[in-house]
Amino acid sequence: MTLLTLELFYQLCGALLAVVAWRIARDASHPRRWGSAAFWSLLAVVFLFGRQLPPVVTGYIVLALVGLAALKQVERSRADGAPREVRLAEAVRLGNRIFVPALLIPLTAVMGTLILGRLRTGSFALVDPKQVTLVSLSLGALLALAWALRVSGAPLRAPVAEGGRLLQVLGWALILPQLLAALGGVFAQAGVGQVVAEIVGRALPAQQPFVAVVAYCAGMALFTMCLGNAFAAFAVITGGIGLPLIVVQHHGNPAIMAAIGMLSGYCGTLLTPMAANFNLVPALLLELPDRNAVIKAQAPIALAVLAANIVLMGACVYRF
Amino acid sequence: MIKLVGLLVIALGFALRFNTLLVVLAAGIATGLAAGMSFNEIMTLFGRYFVETRYMTLPVVLMVPVLALLERHGLQERAEMLIRRAQAATAGRVLLLYTAVRQVSISLGVNVGGHPQMVRPLVAPMAEGAARARHGELPAKTVQAIRAHAAAAENVGNFFGEDIFVAVGAVLLMRGFFETQKMEVGVWAMALWGIPTAFVAFAAMIWRARRLDRRIAAEVAAAKQSGGGGGA
Repeated sequence: MTLLTLELFYQLCGALLAVVAWRIARDASHPRRWGSAAFWSLLAVVFLFGRQLPPVVTGYIVLALVGLAALKQVERSRADGAPREVRLAEAVRLGNRIFVPALLIPLTAVMGTLILGRLRTGSFALVDPKQVTLVSLSLGALLALAWALRVSGAPLRAPVAEGGRLLQVLGWALILPQLLAALGGVFAQAGVGQVVAEIVGRALPAQQPFVAVVAYCAGMALFTMCLGNAFAAFAVITGGIGLPLIVVQHHGNPAIMAAIGMLSGYCGTLLTPMAANFNLVPALLLELPDRNAVIKAQAPIALAVLAANIVLMGACVYRF
Repeated sequence: MIKLVGLLVIALGFALRFNTLLVVLAAGIATGLAAGMSFNEIMTLFGRYFVETRYMTLPVVLMVPVLALLERHGLQERAEMLIRRAQAATAGRVLLLYTAVRQVSISLGVNVGGHPQMVRPLVAPMAEGAARARHGELPAKTVQAIRAHAAAAENVGNFFGEDIFVAVGAVLLMRGFFETQKMEVGVWAMALWGIPTAFVAFAAMIWRARRLDRRIAAEVAAAKQSGGGGGA
C-alpha cells in the first residue's frame, strides 16, 4: 500500500487541465473557443481516467487531440500577461523573498528523493521508490505554489489564470513528447530497429576494428535522432552492431563500449526535433519564434562531443 | 524494409511542414499497418503508451501555475536585478556555471535542474540580465540566442553528467541489457568510462559560452551602428 502515488498527481494535473478547458469555454473573446476547450478537456480526461479507460479508447482520444491540432482548432487566448512595469514594481516590492518558492522546488525535489523513498513501515510505504523523483518534484511544485501565494498575497485563481495562459502558449506541443514516445513504442513493436541495424551492418566494412567503432557511435547518434530516445536506440544498435562486431569479433571492452556508446546516443538527442521534451518544448517555454533554435545552439557541441567519443572509444575499447 | 515507411513519413512530413503531431501519428499508423497490425491494434498501442508516458507531461503542467504566478510577481526581473550586482558576470559565464553545477550535482545523483523549473524562471533571465548589465538594451535576436543557449546549457549539463551516477537510468539500463545477453558488466566500470566524455562536453560548453559572449558584443555593436539605439 502506497500513500503518495503518481496517479494522485496525474489526477491533480487532470483537474487543472479541466479548469483550463472550462475557463476557455467561458471566454467569448477566445479565437478558437470550442476547439481549444475540447482539446484541453480531452487531455484532462486522459490524465484523470487514463488508468481506467481501455487503451483503445485512449488511442481514439489521442487521434481526436491530433485532429484538433492539425485542423488548427487549438489556439492561445487573447489575454496578455502582466506588463513589464507591473512585474518590475513587484520585483522591487517583494525583493529577494520571491526566490524562496522558486528554490523550494529543487530543494524539495532533492530532499524528497533522498528521504521519502525510505519511509516505510511493514507493507505501508509513503512513496514507491521507483516514483520518488517525480513525486518529490510534484510535491516541490505544490509547496512552492503555497509559499508563492503567501509571499505575493495573490488569490488562488491567479495561478490558475496565469498558468492556463502559459499552458496555451505551449499549446498542442505539450503532448508531443508523449506522442513521440508512443511512436517509439510502435516502432519497437514493429521491429524497425532490427531492420536499421541490419542495413547499417551490411553497408559498412565493419571488419576493420576502427570502422566498427565509427559505425557503432554514429549508429547510436543517428538511430537516436530517428527515435528521439537514446535508451530505445541502445538495445537495438548495441545488439545489432556493438556486441557482434566490437565485443565478439574484435574482443573490445563491453563497459567502455556501452558507456561511450550511450553518450554518443545523447549527442543524437541534442540534434533531433524528435526529442521534443528536451528541444522543442524548451523553445516554446522560452518563447523563441524558431522552434529549432535550441537544436541549432546545441549542434556544434553535439558534433564535437560525438567526434571526441569516436576517437576515445577507438583509442580505448580494444586496449583495456 | 517496408517497416521503415514510418521514417519516410517523418522525413517527408517534417520537410513539407505538416503539423508535427499529425506527422508522428501518421508515421505510427503507417508503420503499424506495414507490420500487419489492424487499425484498432495501432490505436490500442498509442493509447497504452500515451497513458504510460503521462509522467513526461506531468512536471510541466504542475510547474506552470507556480511559475506563472512567480513571473507575474517579478521573478525574472528580480533575477536580472540580482545578477547586475555581480561585476564579473557575462551571459556565457552564467550558463557555464549552470552547466557545471548541473553536471556535478547529477553525477552525484542530485537532480536540481529542468527547463520549466530552472531555465525559464532563473537561468535564462540571469544570462539576459548579465548581458544587459554589460551592453544595455539587447536586440531581439540576441535575446533569443541567449535563451536558446540557456536551454542548451541545461541539456548538456543534464546528459553528460547523468551517466556517471550508477544508480540511475542509463547505467542501470545498460546493465539490464547485458544481463539479457547473459553478460556480467560492472556498473562502476560503465560509470567511470562516462567521465572523459563529461569533460569533453564541458570543454565544448566553455567554447560555446565564449563564442556567445563575443556574439552578443558584436550584435549589440552592430545594432548601435545601424542607429535606433538597438532597442529592436
